Amino acid sequence: MSPIVLLRNRRVRELAYQVLCVAAVVGCGWYLLNNALANLAKQDIATGFDYLGREAAFIISETPIAYEPSDSYGRALLVGLLNTVKVAVLAIVFSTIIGTIVGIARLSSNPLLSRLMLAYVEALRNVPLLLYLFLWYSAIIFTLPPVKQAITLLPGVYVSNSGLVVPAFVWNSGFWAVATAAIIGIAAAILWQRWAGRRRILTGKIVPGWPVATALFVLPVAAAVLFFDVSGEVDWPVLGKFRLTGGAHLKPEFVALLLGLTLGASATVAEIVRSGILAIRKGQREAAKALGMSDRQTMRLVILPQALRVIVPPLTNVYVTTFKNSSLAIAIGYPDLVMVSNTIMNQTGQAIEPIALFMFVYLLLSLATSALMNWYNGHVALKGRQP
Amino acid sequence: MSDQSTTMAEGRSAPRRPARRNETFKAYFGTPGNTVVTLICLVLLGLAAKAAASWLLINAVFDGAPEDCKAASGACWPYVAAKLRYMLFGIYPFDEQWRPLSATLLFIAAMAVSGIPRLWGRSLIVAWAVLLPVLFLLMAGGAFGLTEVATSQWGGLPLSFMLTFIGLVCALPLGILLALARLSKLPAIRILAVTFIELVRGVPLISILFMASVMLPLFMPEGVTIDKLLRAQVAIILFAAAYIAEIVRAGLQALPAGQTEAAKALGLHYWQCTFLITVPQALKTVIPPLVSLFIGFFQDTTLVTIVGLLDFLNTVRTALRDPNWQGIAVLEGYVFAAVVYFVFSALMGAYSRFLEKRFRVGHD
Repeated sequence: MSPIVLLRNRRVRELAYQVLCVAAVVGCGWYLLNNALANLAKQDIATGFDYLGREAAFIISETPIAYEPSDSYGRALLVGLLNTVKVAVLAIVFSTIIGTIVGIARLSSNPLLSRLMLAYVEALRNVPLLLYLFLWYSAIIFTLPPVKQAITLLPGVYVSNSGLVVPAFVWNSGFWAVATAAIIGIAAAILWQRWAGRRRILTGKIVPGWPVATALFVLPVAAAVLFFDVSGEVDWPVLGKFRLTGGAHLKPEFVALLLGLTLGASATVAEIVRSGILAIRKGQREAAKALGMSDRQTMRLVILPQALRVIVPPLTNVYVTTFKNSSLAIAIGYPDLVMVSNTIMNQTGQAIEPIALFMFVYLLLSLATSALMNWYNGHVALKGRQP
Repeated sequence: MSDQSTTMAEGRSAPRRPARRNETFKAYFGTPGNTVVTLICLVLLGLAAKAAASWLLINAVFDGAPEDCKAASGACWPYVAAKLRYMLFGIYPFDEQWRPLSATLLFIAAMAVSGIPRLWGRSLIVAWAVLLPVLFLLMAGGAFGLTEVATSQWGGLPLSFMLTFIGLVCALPLGILLALARLSKLPAIRILAVTFIELVRGVPLISILFMASVMLPLFMPEGVTIDKLLRAQVAIILFAAAYIAEIVRAGLQALPAGQTEAAKALGLHYWQCTFLITVPQALKTVIPPLVSLFIGFFQDTTLVTIVGLLDFLNTVRTALRDPNWQGIAVLEGYVFAAVVYFVFSALMGAYSRFLEKRFRVGHD
C-alpha cells in the first residue's frame, strides 16, 4: 500500500502523530544534551554528582543542624533544605491561623471590621510578594535601631536592626523522655477521639471526648517529668551595654521572609475561608436553628464540617505555593535551598546538576504537600457516608 | 503562582436601604461585643492613620536636598522626584525616554480599549497586530530617524508590561495546545503534556528563570547566544503556558459532551471540531480566571529581578544605590512601587469581577 492510503487509516495516523511527537521531543533533548556535553568539555567543567561529596568551604549564616565550612556540599544542601522547610512550615501554620481569623472577620456584621479586613486582604494581594520582602527587609535593616537600643516588644522579646531575639527554652536533660511521652500521649488522644466518635455514631451514647483526650496527653508527659531526670531552663535574653546575650536570635532575613510569606499567604487563606463559609446554603443554618442548636453548635457541627470540604482543596494550593514562594529567599539573602544551590553553582561552575537537584526537591515537596492534604481532604470530604 | 481566582466569590454587598440612623447605629454599637469591636477597630485605624500621616505628610520632606531628608524623620519625597525617571525607565538613554513613555501610554490606552467586550473581534486582533510592531519600533528604534536602543538598556515599567503581556499572549496558544494534548486520546501525547504541565507547576518560577539564565546558554551550540531578555521572556512563556493549560482544560471539560457529538454528527473532523466548536466556547467561559492569572503574572514578573533584569521592581531597588541618596531614602521607592503595582492590579481585579458578572448573566 502506498503511504497516502495508509494515512487514511485513523489508527495509523494516530500512531504516526505520537511517533512524530516523541521523536521530536527526544531529538531536541538529544541535540541539547550533546551541545551541553560539548560545551562543558570545552569549558572544562565536571559533570555528575561527585561534587556533593567535596568540601563546601563556604559559610551559611543559619544552620538548623551542625554545619562547618569543612563539611561537604551535600551537607550544605541539606542545611538549605531544612531552612526552606523551617520557614515554609512556620509560614503555613501562622498564615492558616491569621487567614482563618481574617476570613471570618470579613463576614462580620460590623461594617468597620469587615472593611478593615477587606483593606488588609486587598493591600496584600495587589502588591507583589517580592516587593514586600524587600520592603520588610529594608524596614528591619534601616529603620530599626541598632542592637544596643533594641526595642522591647514584650518582656524578653527584642527587635533591632539585627533581627528578633526571643526567649529560648534550653533542655539540660530528659528531652527525649518528654518528647517520646508527648508523642505517645498525642497518639493515644487521637485514638480515643476516633473511638469516641465512632461509638457515638454507632450507639448514640455520648462518650466524654475532650476531657479524656486531654488527660491521655497530659498524663504520660507528667509521668516522664516525674520519673526521669528532666531539667531545663528558659534562656532569657539580656540587654547588655553593647549587645544582647542569651535567647534565640532570629536573623533579619528570616524575619522578613517569614513575615512576607505569612502575610501574603494569610490574605489568600482569608479569601478561601470566606468563600468556603459563604458556600454553605442559608438553609443549613436555619435548619440547625430550627433543631435548637446554639450558634456555637451550628458553627462547629453544621457549618465548619461542610465549609472544610470547600476550603481544603484550594488550601492545598496555598500551601504548595508557600513552599515554592519560599524560594524568593535568595532575593534577601536567607540561605534556603535555592540560595545554597546558587552558591554551589558559582563555586563549582556546574549549573545543570544543582538546578536539576533543587527542582527535583521542590517537585517532591509539592507532591508531598499535595499527598498529605489529599489524605486530609479524604477525611473531611465524605462525612456521613460511613456507618 | 498567586491564586487570584478566590477573590471572585463576591461578598454580600447587599444594597443599602434608605439610611435609617437607627440601623447604622445598630451595626456598629448594637451589642456590647460589637461596641468593643468597633472601638478596637477605631483605635487601630487611628493609630495607623496617625503613623501614616506623620511619615507621609507631617514629618516628610517635600522639597530639598539629601541633607534635609537626613534630618527629617518622615518620608523623603525629593528622592522619588529625583529618581522617578530612572525608576520608570531604567537605563534607557535619558534623552530618548519620551519613547518608552509614549509606548507605555499607547499600550495602556490600547489595553483599556480592548477591555470593552463589545469591541472584541477580528478587527481588534488586526489593530494589535499593527500596534505591537509600532511599540517595538518605538522601543528599539533603528528606523525612521530613531536611534537604536539595545534591549539590554530597556528597563522599568515598560519592561514589566512587556514581559507580562508578551508572556501571556504567546503562552495562550501554547497553553491551549497543551490543554488539548492533555485531553488527547493518544497516550504518548497525553503523557508528554501531563509531564510538562505538572513539572512546570511543581517547581518555583525562579528555578525556571535560573534555568533560562544559567543553564540555557550551556545547551546552545557554540557561538549561539540568546539575548538575556529573550531568555527570561521564554521562561515566563513556558511557565505561563502550563498554568493557562490547566485553566483552558477546566473550560474544555466543562463543555457538555453534546457539543462534540453534534460536531461529529455534522461531519466535522477533529481540528474543525476543536477550533470551531469546543475551544471558542471553552475560552469564553475561562476569560475571568485568565484575567486573574494575568494579574498574578504581572506580579510574578518581578522575579526577573533575581536573575538581574531591570524590571520596574529592580530599577526601584537599584535606584537606592545612588551615592547621593544612599542610606537616606530606603523605603520611599518601595512605597511608590507598591502604589503603582496596587493601582494596576486593583484595576485589573475590578475588571475581572466586571467580566465575571457579565458572563454569569449570559449563562444562567
